[in-house]
Parts: sequence; structure tokens; C-alpha cells
Amino acid sequence: MLTTDRVAGGALALLALIVLWESRRLPIGSLRNPGPAFTPILLALLLLVFGLLLTALGARTGALAAVGWTEWRHAVAIFAACAFAALALERLGYRATTTLCLAFLLGVVERKGWLFTATFALALALGSFYLFDTLLRVPLPRGPLGL
Amino acid sequence: MLETLQNLAVGFSIALSPSVLLYAFAGCVVGTLVGVLPGIGPLAGISLLLPATFGLDATRAIVMLAGIYYGAMYGGSTTSILMRIPGEAASVMTCIDGYAMARKGRAGAALAIAAVGSYVAGTVSVVALMFLAPPLAAFALRFGPPEYFALLLLGLLVLAYMSGGSMLKALAMAALGLLLGMIGIDQMTGYFRFAYGVVELGDGIGVVPVAVGLFGLAEILATAGQATPPDVIKPKLRELLPSRREWKESAGPIGRGTVLGFVIGIIPGSAHIISSFVSYALERKLSKRPEEFGHGAVAGVAGPESANNSATSGAFVPMLALGVPSGPIPAVMLAAMMVHGVSPGPLLIKNQPELFWSFIASMYVGNVVLLILNLPLVGLFVNLLRVPYPILYPSILVFCVLGVYAVNGSVVDVWIMLAMGALGYVLRKLGFETAPVVLGLILAPMIEMAMRQSLAMSDGHYAIFVTRPIAATLLAVGLLLVLLSLKSLVTRSLDWRARLALAEKGEGHP
Repeated sequence: MLTTDRVAGGALALLALIVLWESRRLPIGSLRNPGPAFTPILLALLLLVFGLLLTALGARTGALAAVGWTEWRHAVAIFAACAFAALALERLGYRATTTLCLAFLLGVVERKGWLFTATFALALALGSFYLFDTLLRVPLPRGPLGL
Repeated sequence: MLETLQNLAVGFSIALSPSVLLYAFAGCVVGTLVGVLPGIGPLAGISLLLPATFGLDATRAIVMLAGIYYGAMYGGSTTSILMRIPGEAASVMTCIDGYAMARKGRAGAALAIAAVGSYVAGTVSVVALMFLAPPLAAFALRFGPPEYFALLLLGLLVLAYMSGGSMLKALAMAALGLLLGMIGIDQMTGYFRFAYGVVELGDGIGVVPVAVGLFGLAEILATAGQATPPDVIKPKLRELLPSRREWKESAGPIGRGTVLGFVIGIIPGSAHIISSFVSYALERKLSKRPEEFGHGAVAGVAGPESANNSATSGAFVPMLALGVPSGPIPAVMLAAMMVHGVSPGPLLIKNQPELFWSFIASMYVGNVVLLILNLPLVGLFVNLLRVPYPILYPSILVFCVLGVYAVNGSVVDVWIMLAMGALGYVLRKLGFETAPVVLGLILAPMIEMAMRQSLAMSDGHYAIFVTRPIAATLLAVGLLLVLLSLKSLVTRSLDWRARLALAEKGEGHP
């Protein structure tokens, strides 16, 4: 049966194998004089052991099918908004990016009224920019036309 | 003794002058606000606000930055208690029982206990800092790389052992965190590890994007779409006073947290984070009712909150006395002092006594300011959180992105936060604790460096870890913890951690 620990253990073991494979590019050194790959390999081996143990001993944990994912649509939307922010921050500038993200989350995801959405999004984007960039002199990215 | 008191009097005369007091107050207010906002912890807060002090003289600038530091340390506990979102990494442990207390209608009491615990710990630890700094700094100097390696390893094992439920899962998470900490330039050879051409990864993965992702973003991803989103718990002023039983239960943990936090604070590492983890673990271990931990144990709030505040002062010992920062936040403070022409170290007290003693005095003043701010004004800060959740979480997301970006001015950090948010969300769903990931990430470069330096010292002989008394003792304690965790497997009985895990899942009675 697929249980939470078995799935997680399998994923961790797979990650450990990837790290071991990727570590081949770095000198491992020796036991007495470890190189840059030594510790990552040691840790990856540890993670591999932990992952395999979790897989082997994880039969009695909860079934994966029993894990509730009811909020996944919201989670994907929020994740997409953050990914857009990361992509657009240095291209569109902080103010435009933040306004668009907030407008999407409030207007589309949370279905707030358009007037509230527009006012809140603009106020928070411009207000936080003024506070951090203008008053506190923390440089935030500007987009086209210095916006 | 008399000389110390005379110097302190001079310090107070400076710290209590209206202009310095104003900056201490401003620092505490801004720090508390920064701490309340998830994602902008003390590290990001001090970094963000450093430019704002450029126009000030050294004394006012340092006093203000110190105020931001203390304020952020406490402010972080407000969101932890009311929303289960740590404002900064040291508040992670407060989330567990603080939020559980809040859900039981004891939010005000939890906030008051955190405030009083922080005040007591802050004040006592400043006294300790003042009188014990020289001998304690000398003790810390006896820690060479082998002792340091053993201590850091013990820190991870303590955390894994004290995690509710499976030590194996906690160790797997710690190993994951340690592996994440391997990304970046190898400090001893200059090799880029797992950076794949991303220059920004040269310095490694930052603590801020990982902590914000695993705790802040993951929490939002998991809760924003729930049919009944989590209410921000709204304490009333009249509920702020803890009951007699709660005061009684918090006295011991506050005392122990103060001592523990200060001692851990002087040892290099992310002391305030480690101290809160260790204090929580200690309180759970000492408790007659360990099963209450995770369900609103007063000691689970009082201990870690006192410990992380006390560690804040402890961390200043090596920084002020030796000029050696003991973690990322003292390192930023050190850089800030150097920007203002101050060089912390043994000569600081001799050459700039007014700055040193006004700094010490401002720590007393800062603790009083924080108590004044935190108790009566908690309602004001909480107003930030009274906004309905569907409006609040997009705003928090903005500050998460802004805070993470502002630390290094790098979009890569925002991507790291996103990746960690997704990872934290999945791990949470699968029943894994993410705190060991953060601790592993912080400790990884230090552990590796200590191990390789130790081997360089011993010409490659691993016996160096067991032939030096302090290192050997620390490793023996670590081994004992591993053996204790295996005991339940051998005896096939449930130990307190297994009972706690079952109780948390509602599968059994502890």
C-alpha cells in the first residue's frame, strides 16, 4: 500500500541518488583529506539510508489516498501568482508586478469587487514602494518608464 | 564591580537622553512591526533598515538597530501565537503551543507570557552580559573546531530526538537541510557545488527565503483555500492577564529559558534559533505532562520565548568582546557597526566606553520599551491581523516577496522561497516537520568547516573528536540520545515521542 512515509521515503532516496550522481563532477578527496564532494556524498548516503528506512518501515503510516488536497486549486493559484511575481519583478518593476498579483488574487481567486480590488491593490503596491524604496531607501526594481 | 556600575551610570545618562531614547523607541516599534510581518524577520529587517541609520551618529544608529533586533524577536511571536506563522525563524517553536493556546481562547495569556518571559530574560541576560562577558568569552575561546563540530552535531541530534513522533523522519529532514546547505562555493577549496551556473547561489541558499518559504508560504498555500480559512485569533485586552496557574507554570520555564538561552547565545551558531528549539525540548522533557506539548502547554511558550530573547544578549558577548559574530544577525550588526566607524573587539570598551556602555544601557531601556509596547499595545499590533484572511494573505504574500527580494536584491531568492513553499506544503501534507530542514541549512556550512578544520588539525585522524574532553562529552551525549530513541524499538513499547505523535494524530491516548 502507498503510505505517506513510503512515498516521502522514496522521494528522499531518489533525491539522494541524484545528489550522488551530481557529486561525481567534484573531487571527493580522501577520508583523511576530504574534498568538496566528500560531505555532500556523506550526507546523500545518510539521506539514502533514511529514505530507504522510511520506505521499509512506513507500512503502518497513513495511506496517501487519505491525505486531503481539497485546497489544491487555491494553492496552485497562489503559487502561480508568486511565480509570476518572480518572473515579472525585474521586468515590469515592483509596483506594476505587485498591483497585478494582488488584482489576480483578490479579484479572480477571492472574487472581491473590482473597485475594492483595484483600490487595495494600487494602495498596497504604491504604499509599500513608498515606505521601502522612498523612505527607507531599499532599492526596489523599476520597470519600463521608471514605474 | 564599582567601576562597572559607574560605567553603567554613564551609559544610562546617554541612553536616557531624549534623542537616544527616541531612537531606541523607534527601533523597538519598527522592529516589532517588522517581526509581526511574516517573512521580514530580524535579519531582513536590520538589513532593510540599515540605510535608514546612515544619517545618524554611531551611538544612535547602534541603539536603533539593537532596538529593531529586540523588537523583531518579540514581534515574531505575535504572528506565531495568533496565526501560526512565525515572523522569524526563532519563533517557530512558539507557533506550536502559542497557537494551540490561542485556539483554546488563551491568546492574550500566551502573548502576555511571551512578553513577560522576553522582558525577564532580556533584562537578566543583560545583567549577565555586563558581568560575565569576559569569563564567558574566554570559555567560548576554548572551543576549537572539534568541539564546535561536536556541539553543532549535538544540536541537530537534540532537535531530532525531541521532535514529536519519529526521530527517523526528523533526521531525514535534518539531512535534507544539511544537503541544501551544501549548495554554493566550498569555503576551503573554492569549488562551486550544485550551483549550475547560477551566480547568486555562490553564497549558498539564504536562510531567509528558506524559512519564509517553508513556514510562511507553505502555511498560506495550505490554509488559504480551506473552506473555513483560519481565523486570526483576536485577543481582548482584558484577556491579557494569565491565570494564577499559568503564571505558576511559566515561572520555571522562563528561568530555565533565560539561563539556557544566554549560555547557548555565547556559543557561535544561530543561537536564538537553536536556543528556542532546545528550550522547548527541555521543557517537554522536564514536564510531568509532556503530552500537553503541542496542545497549548504554557511552558512551550514561556521557555522558547525567554530563551531566544536571552540568546540575543548572549550573542552579543563574542561580538562585542572579541569582534566575532556568532551568527548571521550579529554578523549584520557587526557590519552595521563597522559602517558607522565602530570596531567591536577587546579595544571597544577601552577606546569607546560611552558607546559600549550606552549600548548596554540601551538594552535595559529597550526591554522596558518592549514590555510597554507589547502588553498594552498588543491590540494595536493585532489590528494588522484583524483584516479578513482572504485580504490578509495576499498582503502577507507581498511582504514575503518584498522581504525575500530585499535582502540581496535577487529574484533567485524569490524562486528559492517558492520552491521551499511548495516543498513545505507537500511535507506538511505528508506529516513531516520542517523545522529540522531550516536548522540543517544553517548548520551545514559550519559543521562541514569544523569537521574539515579538525581533520586538518589532526593530520586526518578522526580520533581528534574523541580525545578532546569537551568534544568527546558532547558526542557521547549525542550518541546517548540516538540510543534512547532506539530503546522503544528494542523494548517494543511506546516512548513519550511516539505517544505524542499518536496523540497529535488523534489515534490514541497519550
